[in-house]
Amino acid sequence: MSIDDKLSTVKYTSDIYSHLNPDNDKCLNCQSKCCTIVCPANVYSWDDDKKKLTVNYENCLECGACRIACEKKCIKWEYPRGTKGVTFRQG
Amino acid sequence: MNSENKVDVIVVGGGPAGIAAAVTLARADKKVVLIERGKFSGSKNVFGGAVYTQPIKEVFPDFEASAPLERRNVKHKYSILSEEDSTTVCYENKKSVQYGSYTVIRAKFDRWMAEQAKKEGVYLVEETVVKELLLENSKVVGVRTELEDYYSNIVILADGVNSLLAKSINLREDIKPKDVALSVKEVIKIGKDKINDRFNLNDDEGCVYEIFGGPMLGILGLGFLYTNKDSISIGLGVALNELVEKNIKPYELLDKLKAHPTIAPLIKDGELVEYSAHLIPEGGYKKLPKLYSDGVLVVGDAAMLVNNLHWEGTNLAMISGKLAAETAVQALDLCDYSANILSQYQKKLENSFVLKDLKTYKNLMDVMHDRKYSFLEYYLKKVNAFFEMFVSVDSIPKRKKYIDFIKSVFTDRKITELFKDGLSGIKLLWSIFK
Repeated sequence: MSIDDKLSTVKYTSDIYSHLNPDNDKCLNCQSKCCTIVCPANVYSWDDDKKKLTVNYENCLECGACRIACEKKCIKWEYPRGTKGVTFRQG
Repeated sequence: MNSENKVDVIVVGGGPAGIAAAVTLARADKKVVLIERGKFSGSKNVFGGAVYTQPIKEVFPDFEASAPLERRNVKHKYSILSEEDSTTVCYENKKSVQYGSYTVIRAKFDRWMAEQAKKEGVYLVEETVVKELLLENSKVVGVRTELEDYYSNIVILADGVNSLLAKSINLREDIKPKDVALSVKEVIKIGKDKINDRFNLNDDEGCVYEIFGGPMLGILGLGFLYTNKDSISIGLGVALNELVEKNIKPYELLDKLKAHPTIAPLIKDGELVEYSAHLIPEGGYKKLPKLYSDGVLVVGDAAMLVNNLHWEGTNLAMISGKLAAETAVQALDLCDYSANILSQYQKKLENSFVLKDLKTYKNLMDVMHDRKYSFLEYYLKKVNAFFEMFVSVDSIPKRKKYIDFIKSVFTDRKITELFKDGLSGIKLLWSIFK
């Protein structure tokens, strides 16, 4: 089962604003790009053509792994607004 | 300051720690607001699966009568998985209920606890994110939400493992990747009868299953499986630094665990109900943040109170919430909200199992990080290798097989490494029992 299939079981209320905002200038010089590895929702991917981190914040499970793993400490990480984000029905 | 918005205590975070704190305050006739950022309590929360009877009774004595419980755990299984084989130990006790546990669904159970707290006078505010703490002369005097400011004499931070608020007033440092485990979990619907058959259980009896090795061989991580009424919660927790170092995605590791020949039949033909993830603070005693300051107390995961060896977290959360609330009641009665008075909270924790247990295991994670290959691969594989040797009928004399096995323990690994393992083990035991 793909990660997208897994994520399709999760209930989200998407916001129009991203609550995850990496500093792309720092991402450019990041060797490990470890946010693309640790994120359990595969939120981050590196776009090699645009030289930019793609952030699918709508899939975020709000765990905080990227915030702690980020070697540049450059992700401005907030909780989604009160009515937004993930709603676990099992948890 | 708007006095209309001022209460005795604001509790940030409606999980087990926050609810325990809030309801304890309400019972002492204090005016308390509990602020939860999710749609309802539990909607942002994830755990393995089991809550412990005795500590919940300290806060909700009659919870068994009306709380949404899945199964009462009568069986505790422990497996060591290698690539293909496994060794399992199982402890079963169908009678004892006093100090046991129940599997629960957090979205139901936390919501139930919050409803009870509301009935007892807690003012619950949902769908509200606290953006920052309000300070006056470096004392915490309230919180700023997205919509309005609330003032209180004391703020209790129960805002979970990421506790941005504790960080904002320098009660904690940046968490290091090696001090948290990332846990990914799937709830898989199997059906009640199949669960009963596969785990040899009667209705409402449950199994807690802890899994060492398997896809986590050599990685600092553990698997878990819990039986709910008609579903199974399966997952694993891995130290965050390990995922980066090994370049493994957490959900791929979980897929490997699910495919292991010992595990796959248990979840066969199941339907994924929900995938989830959460961080577990695993730094232990040495990584505890500052637990109080002027006008503020920190509880539960926000205070990093987790005993990972024993899979305990919600119980430490609830007891720390209760002790923080009792301290707050004393402070409110004295009209003194200074760090000096609130330091009683730390003393109460030190006198309870909460900090006593964390202190007991203070060296555990250092040893596990340092010797992970030994304790999470080499010796685990040797256990399975022993049983493979023991059950193989191959016309080789038994005495030779035993001697060859013992020899292999000393030849498959450098003597210096074995010596270091022994020394680490002795040091760890000494630190636990001294």
